[in-house]
Amino acid sequence: MGRYLLRRLINHVALVLIAASLTYFLAAISLNPRANFAGRNPPVAASSVTATLNDYNLNPDTPVVVRFAHWANGVAHGDLGRTVTGGEVNDEFARRVGVSTRLLLIATILGSIGGVLVGAWGAIRQYRTSDRVTTLASFFVLAMPVFVIAVTFKLWAIDINDAVGHKVIEYTGEYDPGLTGTGEILLSRLQHLLLPSLTLIVIQVALYSRYQRSTMLDVLGSDFLRTARAKGLSRRAALMKHGLRTAVLPVVPLLVYNVVLLFTGATFTEKIYGWHGMGEWLVNSISTNDVNAVAAVGMFTAFVVLIAGLLSDVLYAALDPRVRVR
Amino acid sequence: MSETPPALEVTDLHVSFPSEAGPVRAVRGVSFSVRPGEVLGIVGESGSGKSVSSLAVLGLLPETADIKGSVKLHGRELLELDDRDMTEIRGKDIAMVFQDPLSALTPVYSVGDQIVEALRIHQDLDKAQARKRAVELLDLVGIPDPARRAGAFPHEFSGGMRQRAMIAMAIANDPEVIIADEPTTALDVTIQAQILDVLKKAQEVTGAAIVMITHDLGVVAGFADRVQVMYAGRPVETGTVDDVYYRPRMPYTIGLLGSIPRLDDGGRHALTPIDGNPPSLVDLPAGCPFAARCPIATDLCRRVEPELTVREGGNHPTACHRSHELVAGGSLDPATIYPVPPLPKAPADSVPREDRTPVLEVDGLVKHFPLLYGAVVKRKVGEVRAVDGISFDIREGETLGLVGESGCGKTTTLLEILDLPSGQSGTVTVFGKDIRGLKGAERKALRRDLQVVFQDPMAALDPRMPVGDILGEPLKTHGWSRDRIAARVPELLGQVGLDPDHVDRFPAEFSGGQRQRISIARALALEPKLVVLDEPVSALDVSIQAGVLNLLDELKARMNLSYLFVAHDLSVVRHIADRIAVMYLGRIVELGSAEAVFGAPSHPYTQALLSAVPLPDPRKERERRRILLTGDLPSPADVPTGCRFRNRCPKFASLDESDRGRCREEDPAPTGLAGDHTAACHFAAAVTVV
Repeated sequence: MGRYLLRRLINHVALVLIAASLTYFLAAISLNPRANFAGRNPPVAASSVTATLNDYNLNPDTPVVVRFAHWANGVAHGDLGRTVTGGEVNDEFARRVGVSTRLLLIATILGSIGGVLVGAWGAIRQYRTSDRVTTLASFFVLAMPVFVIAVTFKLWAIDINDAVGHKVIEYTGEYDPGLTGTGEILLSRLQHLLLPSLTLIVIQVALYSRYQRSTMLDVLGSDFLRTARAKGLSRRAALMKHGLRTAVLPVVPLLVYNVVLLFTGATFTEKIYGWHGMGEWLVNSISTNDVNAVAAVGMFTAFVVLIAGLLSDVLYAALDPRVRVR
Repeated sequence: MSETPPALEVTDLHVSFPSEAGPVRAVRGVSFSVRPGEVLGIVGESGSGKSVSSLAVLGLLPETADIKGSVKLHGRELLELDDRDMTEIRGKDIAMVFQDPLSALTPVYSVGDQIVEALRIHQDLDKAQARKRAVELLDLVGIPDPARRAGAFPHEFSGGMRQRAMIAMAIANDPEVIIADEPTTALDVTIQAQILDVLKKAQEVTGAAIVMITHDLGVVAGFADRVQVMYAGRPVETGTVDDVYYRPRMPYTIGLLGSIPRLDDGGRHALTPIDGNPPSLVDLPAGCPFAARCPIATDLCRRVEPELTVREGGNHPTACHRSHELVAGGSLDPATIYPVPPLPKAPADSVPREDRTPVLEVDGLVKHFPLLYGAVVKRKVGEVRAVDGISFDIREGETLGLVGESGCGKTTTLLEILDLPSGQSGTVTVFGKDIRGLKGAERKALRRDLQVVFQDPMAALDPRMPVGDILGEPLKTHGWSRDRIAARVPELLGQVGLDPDHVDRFPAEFSGGQRQRISIARALALEPKLVVLDEPVSALDVSIQAGVLNLLDELKARMNLSYLFVAHDLSVVRHIADRIAVMYLGRIVELGSAEAVFGAPSHPYTQALLSAVPLPDPRKERERRRILLTGDLPSPADVPTGCRFRNRCPKFASLDESDRGRCREEDPAPTGLAGDHTAACHFAAAVTVV
C-alpha cells in the first residue's frame, strides 16, 4: 500500500507542476498589474512604476517566458514571489491556509458525517414524513445560492442578538482582536466560527445526503443485508454494520473531493463573514491583477486535488477489501 | 417418523403487499410442516409465492407486508413475536441459505468474520473460540485449507465455495430448521451436485428439518422426502415425492413434469408446454387460478377455487376439482391430458449428414486475452486462454449444442464467430467463405445469413421501441422498402406464435417467454441460414421454456435453419441438439452426435457433467451414483499442463503412475471413437451414466 501511494504521489507531482505552470502563464498574460497604478492621485511616475513592477517580477513588458523562468526558479527555492503591494506571497499564503483550515476543518467533518447520516436515515425511512421533510429541505438548500443562505443566517443572527440584548453570535472576522486571555479569545473564536460553519455544514449535508440516500436505498434491498438479519442481527445492527459501510463506499470519492476542494472554493462564505481565507484570496488577487498570488492559489488548488485523489484512494481501500492492491 | 412432532408448522399463511394497482396477494393459504430430519421440497415457478412464504416464516418481509395465519416452531407461535424476539430465533433455530451466494455475503467482511459474527450473536464465545469454530465449520463444508481461507473475502471465493460458506453460516448454531431458497440455482451442475451433497451432510450433522425451495423438479426429486407444488400463491398438490412424481393428480403438476426436458427419456421429442402465463396476483380471477391454462378446466373450475384436500381415489392432497378423474383407471389419463405436439420433420433430416453442406466450419479457433499490468506503461503479465484451439462444423439443417460450465469459453466462442474477426489463429468459414478475406459489403451480406438470439430477452430488446420497429430494424438496415417491412413484420409475429396485431406494443407489455419469441422473430427477419442461440431459455420458467424450445424446433424444420445452441443445461440440449460439443477450459473435450455423446459419453468430464444433472425421477435419483468432481473450474489464465482436466479428473485419480505421467505431460488431442464421435482423453472409454 505504501509503495502504491508513493508511486501515485510521484505521478501526480508532475501534474501539479503542469497545472501550476499553466495557471502562471494564464495569469501573467491576462492580468495587468500596471493598471493598479493608473489614476492614482498624486500620479506615480511611469519610471518608478516600471521599477516597482520589475522589482516584483510583474512587469507585463518583460517577456512572459522570462518572468516564468524567474518565478519558477523562485518556486523551486520555496519562494512564491511578491504580491502587487510588495508583500511576500509566502507569508500571505501561510496565513490564509491557516485561516481556511480553521474555518473548514470542523465544518467539513461535521458536514460529511451529517450528510452520510441524514442520507442513510432518509433511505431507511423512505417515503415517510421524516424522509420527505429531509428531501424537501435538502433541495431547498441546494436551490439557494450560498450568499443567500449566508446573508439569511446573518440576518437571523442579528435578530437573535437583538432579542438577547448583546452580541451572542458574531458574523464578521475570525475573532475580536481587542480581547486578552486564552479563554476569552477561544470563546470569541467559537462565536465567530458558528455562522460560517453552519452555512457550510447545511450546504454539505444537503448535497451529500442526496447521494448517500440513493446508495443506501440500493443496499437496503440487498441480499447480504437479508443474510445479516437471517443470522439473527437486529435490523439496526445489520444496517449499521453491514449496510452503512457498503453504502458509504460509492460516496467516498465524491465526499473527499468536495471537502478538499472547499479549501479554495468557500469564497462566498469567506467574503460574507469576513474571513480572509484562500477562496477570498483567489477572487481578490484576480481583481487586483496579482499574478503571483493567482499562481500560488492555482498551485495550491492543483496540490489539493492531488491530495483529494490520494485521500479518497486510501479511504476507499480501507473500507473496501475488493480494491486493495496485493 | 410420523410420531415425532413437527419442527416447523405453517398453517394457512397469507401474505399480501400493497401496490398501486391494489394488494398483491403473494401467498394465499399456505400450510406445511416439517419434522426433524425431514426434507420438504417446495416447488413452483417465479411468482408462485414460495420465497415470500419462507421469508414470512423468518419475519424478514418488509413492514408493509400484511401477514396472516400461523407459523409454529416446536409449537411456539412466531408470527406473534416482535422483531427482538425473532432475532433470537433467526440464525439459531431457523437458518436460511439464499440463492445467490455472491450477493448474499457482505462484500466488505471476510468470510471467516461473517461466520464468527453468526456464532457470536447466539453463543457466548470469545473471539478466538469463535474463530476456531468458524474454521471447523468451513472444514466441515469442504473448504480446502480452511484456516487460511477464513481470512478471504467473498469475491475471492468461487460461487460454489461461497455457497459452502453460506451453509457453514447456516449450520453454525445447530439450527432446528434450515430453509434453503434456490440454493443451487446460480451454480453450475457439477457444483450443484457438490452443494446438494454438502446440504445433505449439514442435515446429518445438525439433524435439522430442511425446507428446500426450488423451481427445479429435478433437484428435489432425489433430495426431498415430501414435496409441495405451488401455483399463484397456493399449494396445489402435496405429498411424498413418489406420489407427486409418479401419481400426479393436478393438471399443473402434470404439465410441469411433462414440460421439463429430461436427460433420460431417450432422444428428441416435442415437450408438452403449458399454454399461457401465470395470472397476475393483483386481481386474481375467481375460481381456480390455473383454469385459464388448464386443458381440462370446466365451468366449476372457473367459478370455484378448489380446496387442497385428499380427493376420492387419491392418497395425497390436491387442489383440483377433477383429481378424482385423474386416478389410475379414471376417466382421464394424466399422460394424455396435454396435447403432445408432433416433432416436426426437417427436410434435411432425410439427407445423410455427409451429404449436407456445411454452414459453419471452425478450425483451430483461438482467442487469448492479454492480462495487463501497470499504470502508464502496460506490460503483459499473462494471458487468459478463453478459447484455446477449437474445431467443429455445423451442417445445413443441423443443431449443434455447445455445452459447458460458466467460464469454459462458450460465450467467447460465440462472440468470436459473430464478430467475424480476422482471428488470432485458426479459421472460421461461414457458408463456404473464409471470413478472413471478406470486405465491407460481403461481410454485411454474410451477417444477414448469421443471426443471434441472446439469453435475457428483457436486456436484448430496446424497451423504448415498439415491437414493430424492433422487428423492422434489421430489415431497414438491409435496405428493405417501407411497404415490404410493413408486410413482413406481422408475418414474423405470426411465425413465432404471437398476435400480429401487437406491432404497436412495447417489450414491457409482454411476458418473458413472449419477449424471447420477439427476439427469435427479430433473428428470423432476414431469413438467415444459421442462428446462434446464447442460452435462449435459461431465463425462462420451465412451463414457458418448453414452448420456446418447441417453437425453435418447428422453425428449424420449416425454414431449414441451422442452430448453434449454447447452453449450460444438458437436459435442454438433449432435446434440441443433433450434435453436441462439450467444452472445458477453452477446449472441446468431446464432440459427436447427441446419441453418441449422451448414450456413450467417453470423456470423464462429459460423464461427470451428465451424472451431475438431476433427473425429475425420485427412484432413479435415489439409485444413481454421482460422479462428484472435486474443486472448481481452474482459471483460464492458469491452465494446467498436459491434460487440462486432470486435476479434477476422477479417472486420473484411478490411474497408475506411468499413465498419470502421460496425462500430466501430454495434451490430449481429440481421438476418434465410433463414427465422427471424438473425445480428447488419453484413456477415453464409454460409460453409461444416465
